[in-house]
Amino acid sequence: MTHGARIILCPGGPLLLRGEALVEDEHGVEHRTTRPVSAVCRCGKSSVKPGCDGTHKLLPAMLQP
Amino acid sequence: MPVTVFPKPRGALSVALQSALRDLPVNPGPCLDLAPESRDDAALSLWMLHELTYGGFDDIVDDAEDEPEIVRMRRRLEADLEASLRQDWPGAPMGVELASGFFDWVAEQDGPSLARHVQTVATHEQVLDLLRVRSVYHLKEADPTTWVIPRLPSAAKAALAELQYDEYGVGDPDRLHSHLWARGMAASGLRPENGAYVDVAPLEILEQNNALSMFGLRRRLRGVAVGHLAAFEATSSIPSRRMAQGLERLGFPAEMIGYYTEHVEADAVHEQVALRNICVTLVREEPSLETDVWFGAWTCLELESRTARAMLDSWGVAA
Repeated sequence: MTHGARIILCPGGPLLLRGEALVEDEHGVEHRTTRPVSAVCRCGKSSVKPGCDGTHKLLPAMLQP
Repeated sequence: MPVTVFPKPRGALSVALQSALRDLPVNPGPCLDLAPESRDDAALSLWMLHELTYGGFDDIVDDAEDEPEIVRMRRRLEADLEASLRQDWPGAPMGVELASGFFDWVAEQDGPSLARHVQTVATHEQVLDLLRVRSVYHLKEADPTTWVIPRLPSAAKAALAELQYDEYGVGDPDRLHSHLWARGMAASGLRPENGAYVDVAPLEILEQNNALSMFGLRRRLRGVAVGHLAAFEATSSIPSRRMAQGLERLGFPAEMIGYYTEHVEADAVHEQVALRNICVTLVREEPSLETDVWFGAWTCLELESRTARAMLDSWGVAA
């Protein structure tokens, strides 16, 4: 990737990382992204954290990011 | 890979088509002008015609897809399918903005869910039924949408190529989604070859596949194709998690579960990319295609609902 990581905030949804990135979770564990674009959980309810699993869509609007 | 044997014909038109394909390059003449005997007959015929543009069939000439009589038949059956879908379509939703309202609109289209059934109560045999008929699509997963790439303006094209690259395993054949599926099938004791279960696929499954192939193959329908993609991705992540939990509950092998867990994370990304970077950027460049994007999204959800009802009915389960 020529631009390095690019970060995109999706309204009500995850944070998208375009390009290779290292995500450090709340326990200090590092996760290297493996996809051209990766989605990072912002609602805190994902079962595959730090990745997004779409769970934000099941939350009431006031709990969505 | 080519399909090794023709599926069982479902009426006079599919009989005529199979015999015409075997006889090529002899011109089939007017024998393909028959009216289909039933929707099943039409759907199987169109599925076979589309298959000529994918892996083809063993012992059928490679140029079959371009034979004028074959193309004419495909156009006729595609026109019938498109017309019937457009007739059933309630139209684009009023006052819903694509970028901000799409996911909520998808969530409001509440059809029966096969994933929820698998997650909670499906039997082992019902899940095998489902995997067999799903294999008609998953063995060529993402392929129909690849046809769309050259028809898109730059921003949407770059985004779709990026999404497809992930579908195709980011350069690693062992991560290619259709290959993950084939491994899951084999591990589950099912046949992993393309076309193996077309004979048990109900009409609804064939029409789902046919609509997807038609949208991908026709430049005119590029907006419909990406709208379908956005709805497909937007209804994949959470159902894939439910499928994985159901397969685990029933003791299915790790390969099959792995196919679905891969989709939990992949499609949480793809649904964002498909909507924001593909559909929205396409409509910004070609605003007249917005209606088609909504039509494609509706088609995806409607045809999945029909499949879900058909499968639940076949198991005697209330939708």
